[in-house]
Amino acid sequence: MIALTRRYRFPAAHVLRSPALSDAENERAYGKCANPAGHGHDYGLEVTVSGPVEERSGAIIPLERLDALVRERVVERLGHRLLNDDPWFAAAVPTAENIALAAWRELARAVEAESSAHVVRVRLLETRRNSFECGEAL
Amino acid sequence: MVRLTRAVDFSASLRYRQPDLSEAENRALFGRAAAQHGHNYRLEVTVRGEPDPVTGMVIDLKDLKAVIEREIAARFDHRDLNRDTPYFEKSPPTPENFSRVIFDLLRAALGDLLHGVRLRQDEDLWVDVIADAGRP
Repeated sequence: MIALTRRYRFPAAHVLRSPALSDAENERAYGKCANPAGHGHDYGLEVTVSGPVEERSGAIIPLERLDALVRERVVERLGHRLLNDDPWFAAAVPTAENIALAAWRELARAVEAESSAHVVRVRLLETRRNSFECGEAL
Repeated sequence: MVRLTRAVDFSASLRYRQPDLSEAENRALFGRAAAQHGHNYRLEVTVRGEPDPVTGMVIDLKDLKAVIEREIAARFDHRDLNRDTPYFEKSPPTPENFSRVIFDLLRAALGDLLHGVRLRQDEDLWVDVIADAGRP
């Protein structure tokens, strides 16, 4: 199995509050992260693709194509934004778990539509100490 | 089963080219990577096995270090991948192709002990080649 991983970065703000919970319950569930004014992170996003290595380019997917897709579909969409405003999080709290899952779904579709590569893993790094991964473990 | 990983750093120059294409065509296909440039690579080599009941080791790290030195560092460190090695005459030294060359060299030296390699081209780009799950 061969897999290429590329890391991207985007800074974004979020507020962790669920409309299904009371103020007190939100404070209890999310602690400091429930601050209604928001807080933010420099997110890292690792995208791993696997598939046949195309002979001409020597690549699973041309890097500039992968970069363009990830920038357009995720980095520019979420970077320098309040994540709660994004339709991805209209019905889901923008926890790192949900951000990772949303990026994974979006990129899996976009990459498979444009190439013979598959997104096998997405890892969202929220801080130096926390990361959230979907797909195969490498 | 235990997996252990040993890393090595090396630096090399390279350019992406297909020999049957003109300079202009190579430039169109590969962009800036068609010009000679270089990278500080980091290679992580992972071997796997049961620890020997007497020594408690899967492999003597000295031996693993010597294999990596002989098979990888001696071949590629401070070399030009296109001119000083025979591996990229017909295919460009992309991280995908380079990591497969490295995997094959280490596989020949280490056999089934080799679990996989991770070749880091820079902080934001790396390729894993893993044995099993369909031979690479």
